[in-house]
Amino acid sequence: MAADGGNDGHAPLITAQDVSVRRAGKTLLEHVNIEVAPDEIVTLIGPNGAGKTTLIRVLLGIMLPDAGTVHRRAGLRIGYVPQRFEADPVLPLTVARFLTLGSERPAVGALDRILDETGIAALRGAPLHALSGGELQRAVLARALLRAPELLILDEPVQGVDFSGQLDLYDLVGRLKRDYGCGVLMVSHDLHVVMRATDRVVCINRHLCCAGQPEAVSRHPEYVSLFGPRAGELAVYTHEHDHAHDLAGHVVPADDADPAHMHLHEKSTRDA
Amino acid sequence: MPESFVLRALVGGIGIALVTGPLGCFVVWRRMAYFGSSIAHGALLGVALGLLFGIGLTPAVLAVSVVLAVLLVVLQRQRLLATDTLLGILAHAALAFGLIALALMEGVRVDLMAYLFGDVLSIGWIDIAWIYGGGVLALAALAYVWTPLLAATLNEELARAEGLPVGRARIVLMLLIALVVAIAMKIVGVLLIVSLLIIPAAAARGFARTPEAMAVLAAGVGVLAVLGGIAASMAWDWPAGPAIVAAATVLFLVSLVMGGARRAAEKG
Repeated sequence: MAADGGNDGHAPLITAQDVSVRRAGKTLLEHVNIEVAPDEIVTLIGPNGAGKTTLIRVLLGIMLPDAGTVHRRAGLRIGYVPQRFEADPVLPLTVARFLTLGSERPAVGALDRILDETGIAALRGAPLHALSGGELQRAVLARALLRAPELLILDEPVQGVDFSGQLDLYDLVGRLKRDYGCGVLMVSHDLHVVMRATDRVVCINRHLCCAGQPEAVSRHPEYVSLFGPRAGELAVYTHEHDHAHDLAGHVVPADDADPAHMHLHEKSTRDA
Repeated sequence: MPESFVLRALVGGIGIALVTGPLGCFVVWRRMAYFGSSIAHGALLGVALGLLFGIGLTPAVLAVSVVLAVLLVVLQRQRLLATDTLLGILAHAALAFGLIALALMEGVRVDLMAYLFGDVLSIGWIDIAWIYGGGVLALAALAYVWTPLLAATLNEELARAEGLPVGRARIVLMLLIALVVAIAMKIVGVLLIVSLLIIPAAAARGFARTPEAMAVLAAGVGVLAVLGGIAASMAWDWPAGPAIVAAATVLFLVSLVMGGARRAAEKG
């Protein structure tokens, strides 16, 4: 029962076509396309204010696009790890209860297995609000996994997690993808995701900038350590050009651009 | 027969406490104390309209409370003003118009104090029927939306992404608060009613490890407060509504001390 009713196993799990979103007179997304296939890790990258979370909200069905379509495979189960999750001490809740809250009866042993896999088995009876940032992030991930997702969506999964914790979390996501065979869509403005654990990168800055495979050079360990501390400020990706940016950030045609070159975005040039 | 009015007060008060405990947990979790206060202030307009049109006060108060809750939802669609501002406008406008209407009504003698501070000892069996009928309805509705409401309280974005009926659950909660304000007004009055929602829930927090335990404990604290308050009212001739709130406050303080002692014991 991995695939629903006769669906092609390799058809995309979710597809957004030509999606545009405007709110309060501001264009948040314009003509954006994205798709995630089963057994694929896609990273959505872009500077702050690029509309990454907006696109996720559209994919999840929380927000309706003003134009364009979103198609989910019939009955698609999505596990979602939101960008911000805070456990309010006023609400008494154990970790185990948090995981099972609102889900249909999970398979026997699933809760124990997932607590083990995410490394929080010792915390199952702990109050949710007593968890550290990294532990809480794992608990939210475990909650998503308990729903046996076919697509896992993680919005900036490493916020508030220290550097070694980030690497652990990416390794975990890669392992989970293998074990569960689910598609993964991760949002980041962080270089390391692109380099360490992704099959495909989609870069947006309100419009679709580019999409493609992360380049081998960016996986070099020295490169990782060089850009590590500044990961939140720079987004590096490689891509096939369909356009370039002029100094003001406007899109210009780029027929003669070098298709393999590396392209740097300063976070704030467009948004200031 | 002094016993029978005391009995009615106890039965009515306990009925209210059993509902305000669990419902109050959501008021505390979702920081809706001001919403509760606003609905309660607006209830006075319901009293005025009820007298003006000669309909029962409880249905009139219920109607005005529901209208205020719906108006708030509509007004929240504009994004320039914050919810507490909107609530402040709705609450005080309803209160002001209610007071004006009461003052202008000729030939109607209104005991304003009874509505502001409650008159638990004048509860009749019809009031008790309202309390238990409305109370059972409120608890059943709360149980029905419990899981989506809890998930939405935890994280609304996550609950919506998981396809839970968040919007419906939130509207049900607002209507339940309106319902409880309407049926509880006679017990403690519009000025004190929110205390029955938040003080027992607050007292229960330190002793609960699950949301359900907190709801049950809050109901228990509320019942104790009603018993203590009415006993104090009988013994020392205190006004009953304020005496119930005072008893609840004492229980809250006791819970703080006990919680502190327990944490100290766990550490040591």
